[in-house]
Amino acid sequence: MTVFDRAYDDTVRVLDEDGEVVGDVPDLDDDSLVEMYRHMRLARHFDGRAVSLQRQGRMGTYPPLSGQEGAQIGSAYALDDDDWMVPSYREHGAALVHGLPLKQTLLYWMGHEDGNNAPPDVNVFPVAVPIASQVPHATGAAWASKLRGENDAFICYFGDGATSEGDFHEGVNFAGVFDTPTVFFCNNNQWAISVPRERQTRSATLAQKAEAYGIDGVQVDGMDPLAVYSVTKAALKKARDPDSDRPRPTLIEAVQYRFGAHTTADDPTVYRDDDEVERWKRKDPIDRLESYLRDEGVLDDERVAEIESSVEARVADAIDEAESMARPDLRELFEHAYAELPPELERQYEALAALRDDRGDAAFLED
Amino acid sequence: MTDTQNLTLVQAVRDGLHTELREDDDVVVMGQDVGKNGGVFRATEGLFDEFGGDRVIDTPLAESGIIGTAVGMSAMGMRPVPEIQFSGFMYPGFDQVVSHMARFRTRSRGRFTLPMTLRAPYGGGIRAPEHHSESKEAFYAHEAGLKVVVPSTPYEAKGLLAASIRDPDPVVFLEPKLIYRAFREAVPDEPYTVPIGEAATRREGDDVAVFTYGAMTRPTLEAAETLGKEGIECEVVDLRTVSPLDREAIVEAFEKTGRAVVVHEAPKTGGLGGEITAILQEEALLHQEAPIGRVAGFDVPYPLYALEDYYLPSAARIEEGILEAVEF
Repeated sequence: MTVFDRAYDDTVRVLDEDGEVVGDVPDLDDDSLVEMYRHMRLARHFDGRAVSLQRQGRMGTYPPLSGQEGAQIGSAYALDDDDWMVPSYREHGAALVHGLPLKQTLLYWMGHEDGNNAPPDVNVFPVAVPIASQVPHATGAAWASKLRGENDAFICYFGDGATSEGDFHEGVNFAGVFDTPTVFFCNNNQWAISVPRERQTRSATLAQKAEAYGIDGVQVDGMDPLAVYSVTKAALKKARDPDSDRPRPTLIEAVQYRFGAHTTADDPTVYRDDDEVERWKRKDPIDRLESYLRDEGVLDDERVAEIESSVEARVADAIDEAESMARPDLRELFEHAYAELPPELERQYEALAALRDDRGDAAFLED
Repeated sequence: MTDTQNLTLVQAVRDGLHTELREDDDVVVMGQDVGKNGGVFRATEGLFDEFGGDRVIDTPLAESGIIGTAVGMSAMGMRPVPEIQFSGFMYPGFDQVVSHMARFRTRSRGRFTLPMTLRAPYGGGIRAPEHHSESKEAFYAHEAGLKVVVPSTPYEAKGLLAASIRDPDPVVFLEPKLIYRAFREAVPDEPYTVPIGEAATRREGDDVAVFTYGAMTRPTLEAAETLGKEGIECEVVDLRTVSPLDREAIVEAFEKTGRAVVVHEAPKTGGLGGEITAILQEEALLHQEAPIGRVAGFDVPYPLYALEDYYLPSAARIEEGILEAVEF
């Protein structure tokens, strides 16, 4: 029996809340397991620093990910380098695993468009802010790969709120109809800003929505990185190389929780109870994996301390790098709207540049 | 001597799609009823039989899905040509147009560009049901990152469509369905392009410049001929592309005449007429001899067809608009 043959509410789990093994441990060597753990610690530390930077006015609005490291790192770790990631706006940890430098994520939330410009060998789409709008993109991109006879798989991330949107339906429906190599990964973190999962749908699970599109659906414990890894790995394999009787696409519902706010602009204490947060914090994906790895003798205090200090140094370096980036050149405002700048845009640029030359940057800039 | 066929505008669109499908394997046509049925206006007739279901794709009935998957496809380097059956049905996919199709290049600093061409029959005058006759080109012209093309002749429809499909940037290609079958013109079989962003002078005249595009080009020329018999010579400029506008051609025609009228079937408020007027105010104020006139659709929802002939600018309304500018 594959993970795709389970009932939609039969949640795939490998580690329980204490890190005890309750399922099939994926075939990963110790170094890989430690690397996953390191990525999760990195994502958690990065997140804390990012929120702090926002509070200090050194960064704009930022969507925190803490609590979701298990789902992000577990799923992204299952990708091949050639596979494509189509994120929403909270997948900083997943993008990091897939090769996006931390500096890029910082730059984006610091207001530099360049943050979305991934290095050419990193297969990550730009951040998508309008909810679920990236779902059809992932289907279309995967469809292109299939039509061209290429063999890439595509993973698309979105939240529980996105499953209420038409674009979720249309994107997944197209994937079913055209059997595209797409893995739809729902980070069900229970809250769409202030509106709970129960207000998004009367469906008992989000995984069962797959049924409507004729594709596979599976629910996984999103706070269990090993379970997420296993399920995503299987879904990606099926996307690339399906059995004759199975659809390529899969909808994965990763059940999890965001510990913090939706973004730094909202206050979650207004809409949810502290008890609920505490209950979910006991499922912390990092503690869970750490406990397992300690029991296995793979991690000890010394190794954990080394990881923590290396993670802190890496984030500090990335922040230094991002903050030392100069403000983009004025021409960047116009440069990429079209492949070739239309004459009117050239005129608009020249007028602005002339005014700046005349009046100086002080006439424009706040600081 | 190249072979030509005498084609209607919609046949020229079909010929353009056929040519580009043949020229480039990355071109795919996709949409509702574009495959076996050949499109509700026959714009894709026969293409499915020749190129198969992976090149001429019948999709589910879902505008956002059609446009959104084309965004993803074109981000990977293909050249999809999604069709929305009527431009009045574009709105379920409008978010994909403005939030993604127009912005992908900017947002990725040029890493991803979307060489997609979004086609739709547009405009009124064919006695269609509600929501089948809208002229909302201004929505798309307002959105930076898009190019917006409206052909008015079969020859140019084929050439502009080829230019759109080959363009590295996303193009909204609006086909005036009133003139889909109104007349024929010699269209070469071979591939050719007509450049995006260049207006065409349809008639020379010294008294007043009349700017128009799409289906309104014909009644405008009709009005110009009528007035010509009365000694009023109109310079008629067909914009062909409403974004980017050919500002030089617009200003030049106005400087020659000192008077201008803009004719479009879209509602007056917020339409291209206002934009063209503003360009002339900015760049040629001292040449102005009269207020710039606008003959347009009215600021009401597009009517059912019993009143449609009053709604659309007719040659008579256009004549009156031109006379006002000339007699000021």
